[in-house]
Amino acid sequence: MVEGQLSIEEYETGNTKHKWDYKKLKLAHRVVFEYNYKKGKVQAGYTNRTLYINLTTNEIKEKKVTEEMKEKFTGGRGFGLKLLWDSIKHTTRWNSDENELVITTGPLCGTTQYPGSGKSLCLTVSPSTDIICDSNVGGFFGPYLKFAGFDALEIQGKAKYDVVIVIDGEKGKVIIETAPLEETNTHHLNEQLTKMYASEDTDKSRQKVSVISSGKGAENSYWGCLNFSFYDIRRKVPRIKQAGRGGLGSVLRDKKIKAIVTKVEKVSGISNNPADPITLAKIGTKLHREVRDLDRYQCNMRAVGTAHLVEIMDEYDLLPTENYRFGNFPKASKIYSPEFYKHFTKIIPDGCWHGCTMACSKTVDGFTVMTGPYKGQKVTVDGPEYETVACGANMSIWDPLWILEFNFYCDTYGLDTISTGTAIAFYMEMYEYGILNKERCNNLELCFGNSEAVLELIHRIARGDDGEFINVASKGIRRVKNWLIKNGWGEPNIIEDCGMESKGLEYSEYVTKESLAMQGGYGLTLKGPQHDEAWLIFMDMVNNAIPTFKDKAEALHYFPMWRTWFGLNGLCKLPWNDIEPANNAETDDPTKVPEHVQNYVDYQKAMTGKKITKEDLILQSERCYNWQRAMNVWMGRGRRKDDWIPYRSMGPVTEMEYLSRKDRYDKYLAEKIGLFEKEIEKMNINEKMKLLYNFRQDQYQKLADAVYFRRGWTPNGVPTPQKMKQLGMNDHIMLKFLQDVIDKDDKAGLNVWGGKYRKGEEPPSIQPKYWEKW
Amino acid sequence: MSIEVNSKVVDWVENETVKDLLKRMRYTFPLVVVKINDKVVPRKDFSEVKIPDNSKVAVIHMISGG
Ligand code: SF4
Repeated sequence: MVEGQLSIEEYETGNTKHKWDYKKLKLAHRVVFEYNYKKGKVQAGYTNRTLYINLTTNEIKEKKVTEEMKEKFTGGRGFGLKLLWDSIKHTTRWNSDENELVITTGPLCGTTQYPGSGKSLCLTVSPSTDIICDSNVGGFFGPYLKFAGFDALEIQGKAKYDVVIVIDGEKGKVIIETAPLEETNTHHLNEQLTKMYASEDTDKSRQKVSVISSGKGAENSYWGCLNFSFYDIRRKVPRIKQAGRGGLGSVLRDKKIKAIVTKVEKVSGISNNPADPITLAKIGTKLHREVRDLDRYQCNMRAVGTAHLVEIMDEYDLLPTENYRFGNFPKASKIYSPEFYKHFTKIIPDGCWHGCTMACSKTVDGFTVMTGPYKGQKVTVDGPEYETVACGANMSIWDPLWILEFNFYCDTYGLDTISTGTAIAFYMEMYEYGILNKERCNNLELCFGNSEAVLELIHRIARGDDGEFINVASKGIRRVKNWLIKNGWGEPNIIEDCGMESKGLEYSEYVTKESLAMQGGYGLTLKGPQHDEAWLIFMDMVNNAIPTFKDKAEALHYFPMWRTWFGLNGLCKLPWNDIEPANNAETDDPTKVPEHVQNYVDYQKAMTGKKITKEDLILQSERCYNWQRAMNVWMGRGRRKDDWIPYRSMGPVTEMEYLSRKDRYDKYLAEKIGLFEKEIEKMNINEKMKLLYNFRQDQYQKLADAVYFRRGWTPNGVPTPQKMKQLGMNDHIMLKFLQDVIDKDDKAGLNVWGGKYRKGEEPPSIQPKYWEKW
Repeated sequence: MSIEVNSKVVDWVENETVKDLLKRMRYTFPLVVVKINDKVVPRKDFSEVKIPDNSKVAVIHMISGG
């Protein structure tokens, strides 16, 4: 034990002091329908079947996973896309009866030998974007779902009353039962259900149960997240990780699902039944050693998790403050990771799945809640991670304890901290400009830094307050933009430029103004502006390693494909590049961490027994990535116009922003636009801003041109049938659909490049219909 | 009397070590690979190795986080 640390007995772990009348809770349950299944065995990472539940028709069935499905869609997110394609319509919206909530695993999910192998991928049609949103999450549910017998769980339809879905891997039984008395909010519900469904009243038994839940906030907003539990045997508390983005929790509650519970008989190192367990153990051990020996000199994830990024982002002018107006702030040091380290419990390992030595899921135990319905309770707060801390910065709230309170309430109410924080930061800016005011905000003084007002807003959302502002604000930035513009409040341009959403989804927490590649990393994505496809800011802005459009397009091809692969397999991305081998610097391309890439080739090979190269990994991803984009097109949201991003992510919207970085922007006008110093001196600020605006908008369009071309899409961003065939995706309905869209775009004159190419510049191809020659 | 750091020209400072240069450039990110004229400088040598005049320095920031 390190000097100054408390012994485990002295930690107050929270959530442990409640007494529930379990008999009464259980007596109120009524079985609506159930299904017995034959328990199976996992073979080389797959159970080879999925579970389908329809809450409207009370139907439960098993679906076979074919070799073709594995070949084309690999698993995880790929399986989710395939199941959705087979079940929804192009007109399906988030609250349509036929919309599905799909929870998937992946062939490597559930491995205990290799760090970061317990992720689930969740998919649905999102209330924010009207297209498919995928979100990855740790916790025990994914691995347990697989060990209970299924590669994926597909839920369609809606229940009449609040239900709990129980997948009992011990008995081979699926039960849908009403659950009227349990709490909806996660921290209580998890505690109740974990204990209720454990086979015995022991911690070991409780550890074999995992719960998916959301909360009251999810019911009343489009920001609903899914909380996946993992029972912490040392703290004696069910902890949680979130599938945060895109409103998955709102879909859960719309289906009247209070929770999904899965339990297993046992978990072991060979539960996945790998084809080559010896190789698997060997590569796992190598990485465990690296993490153990090197993490403290690299990212320090084991001590502070991703919160270590706060000080780095602040230093590099990338930490969003005051709705992304600035990238650093004098008060930021108040929320640097050492401030949270003080509160983190230090002697308990924090892996969100067995065997993850990275152990970055930090926790504050014994936190006393300061406001709202749980005021005075002691709770365990899971986090905060970087994004949640940065939300504090974005709303100009610099108090670590307040950030913990925000973290706790968002989690228990089932709200995505990112969407909640980013949206409120935008409302605050609108408040500052007088576009919103106290009256328009249902009596909330929503100015930057008003921490009380933020919590009050969140509590009112969770209570289902019917104020007009509360109602529209909880649906996110896009709806508020429309509402403000409809009411004629404020300049539409300012509203559109300042509100950080794209495709209807709120941005995650990085300032991208000086990195064109990262603007693409947010805009040219499938589900919307989440950084999980590509994080290129350093490579582009600091390293200057991808100077041309072609270079940036290559990065915006490779990294999204590479990162997609983690989601197909049920893996966490962090052990890929948040730790690096000691000799990584000497490799050809250190940013790709070649040794770890080889680990993943060997890992998938050892699990599935198939012959695999590193090129095959990218091919697996390309298939699913293109399929998802094609499904976006099918749902009416996958073209150039849908890849629009707000100008705040490209440059300074306001004079104050320009002036705060005047030297930088003046230099840019000289170096990139070719103005002479004297010309710049003569210009007023509005002229300079306009020039910069037009130039950067054009740069983004040129980037989109290069990326579409590299990805094998038309100039309007549509995946071509030729590309799909090359990838082996031959579904004739999809191919015909894509061809029809391309023909229609052609007739409408939309198959043209978006950038304005001057003399000496060339678009990616001068051939019309270049894709037909592939 | 200048050096190039990540393709940007900056002043050369006599006796400046890699560690000093990182500080001057405010490169606080821990996961960096440093190359001087294409030769990797091991992390353990950052406080000893001096930057020669006219050299090309690459400070490659890895893509952690995100
Ligand atoms: S690295 Fe962190 S988030 Fe990823 S699996 Fe491990 S503990 Fe969970």
